[in-house]
Amino acid sequence: MIRKTFEHELQEVRDDILVLGSMVEEAILASVDALKKRDIEAAKNILKADRDINKKRFEIENKLMILIATQQPMAHDLRLLASSMEIISELERMGDYAKGIANINIRMGDQPLLKPLIDVPRMAQKDVDMLHRALTAFVNEDVEAAKAIPIEDDEVDALYNQVYRELMTFVISDPKSIERANWLLWVAHNLERVADRVTNICERTVFIATGELSEIKNSDDEFWKQQKS
Amino acid sequence: MTTPETNGKYVLEAHNLSIFYGSFKAVTGVNMSVERNKITAIIGPSGCGKSTLLRSFNRMNELFAGTRIEGGIIFEGQNLYTPEIDPVEVRYRIGMVFQKANPFPKSIYENIAWGARIHGYKGNMDELVESSLRQAALWDEVKDKLKQSGLALSGGQQQRLCIARALAVQPEVILMDEPASALDPIATLKIEELMQELKQNYTIVIVTHNMQQAARASDYTAMMMIDDNRAGTVIEFNETNVIFTRPSDKRTEDYVTGRFG
Repeated sequence: MIRKTFEHELQEVRDDILVLGSMVEEAILASVDALKKRDIEAAKNILKADRDINKKRFEIENKLMILIATQQPMAHDLRLLASSMEIISELERMGDYAKGIANINIRMGDQPLLKPLIDVPRMAQKDVDMLHRALTAFVNEDVEAAKAIPIEDDEVDALYNQVYRELMTFVISDPKSIERANWLLWVAHNLERVADRVTNICERTVFIATGELSEIKNSDDEFWKQQKS
Repeated sequence: MTTPETNGKYVLEAHNLSIFYGSFKAVTGVNMSVERNKITAIIGPSGCGKSTLLRSFNRMNELFAGTRIEGGIIFEGQNLYTPEIDPVEVRYRIGMVFQKANPFPKSIYENIAWGARIHGYKGNMDELVESSLRQAALWDEVKDKLKQSGLALSGGQQQRLCIARALAVQPEVILMDEPASALDPIATLKIEELMQELKQNYTIVIVTHNMQQAARASDYTAMMMIDDNRAGTVIEFNETNVIFTRPSDKRTEDYVTGRFG
């Protein structure tokens, strides 16, 4: 095969992105788990894991830059490398959301959770599940899958909506709970954003495979309309 | 030739063009239009008929015995291949620059003046020489040595001298066949920069093996391949941006990504 070396390097990029993805998946689940258990030590470990995520992202970015500079990628190769740049940045941001949750955990100090976490871990689980399949679709350039995953964002939104309403009932019945409710709302908000970024990864996958760059419709707009009404 | 129509969007249009060397069909079924004041690149693997197609645009192929075409080429609204058209005049209006710079073994000045004089130029020759050399971005480098032989220049300068020579007869189109393949990277970039300047006033068609050059320098790209009968044809023609980011033909994809050819 012509360009065997380059093919090999492209495969390495895909593998690296999978590694980064699993680091992020782990951080998201661990951040919620640590919050659930109010485990401050575990939360501190997530801050450290986030530094590793950032490091890995820079490492991949550097590799991508070198490939672009030295291999003059065109067409599909170019779309893959340019989109990989985007995807690693999405993953790094998802890592930041996990870090954000860990920070909330640390700032809560010895205050107990306002309520036991039920839907929040579900959101995290759904996020990670979507992310995992989005990255599989990316590696396989599976357009069907990439177009289908963003629709599941609705489930995360629905959970967020539920958490929101539940927390509001706490605030209404006891206004002094507002700070603790706010912390949990931020946690849920971070998890809601993860699923949005999964959608971005899916859009890039469709672009790599087909050359079409467009938004995959999810019902976020309707979600925000509902919030207003 | 009659007064050219110079308002149309396309300067040259190939209609179902096939080109034969004797009984061998070298190029088949080409339909493409060359837009005015744009750079159109022709790319494709060796032996796919790029140069043959390019040379058909100014009837240069006829210099080889036994060459004929089917279909047609419209130049400024006129069929280029009708008997009343003088091929020599065609070659003035559609100039050509070759892979290997081929200045006349004469002075730099005469390299420019020669063709214009034969063509019956009656104006101020010094001005024509200067303006042609300026347009070819060579003036500053040679203005103090116009009496020196053109062959004493560097390869890149010789190529720009050939471009200046083509410009001196005030063509509308310049055909370039691998104009930079024998040049170093800096001289290559100078030619490419020059092409960007020239397209303000001329239309350029360039054949190149260097895909990065086609990507950098052209507005449109025609991708050629040979078919099962070994005749070359244009398999995809589109804006250069499209060809190099999302080509629609798998063979173009394989070629521009270096998987084939």
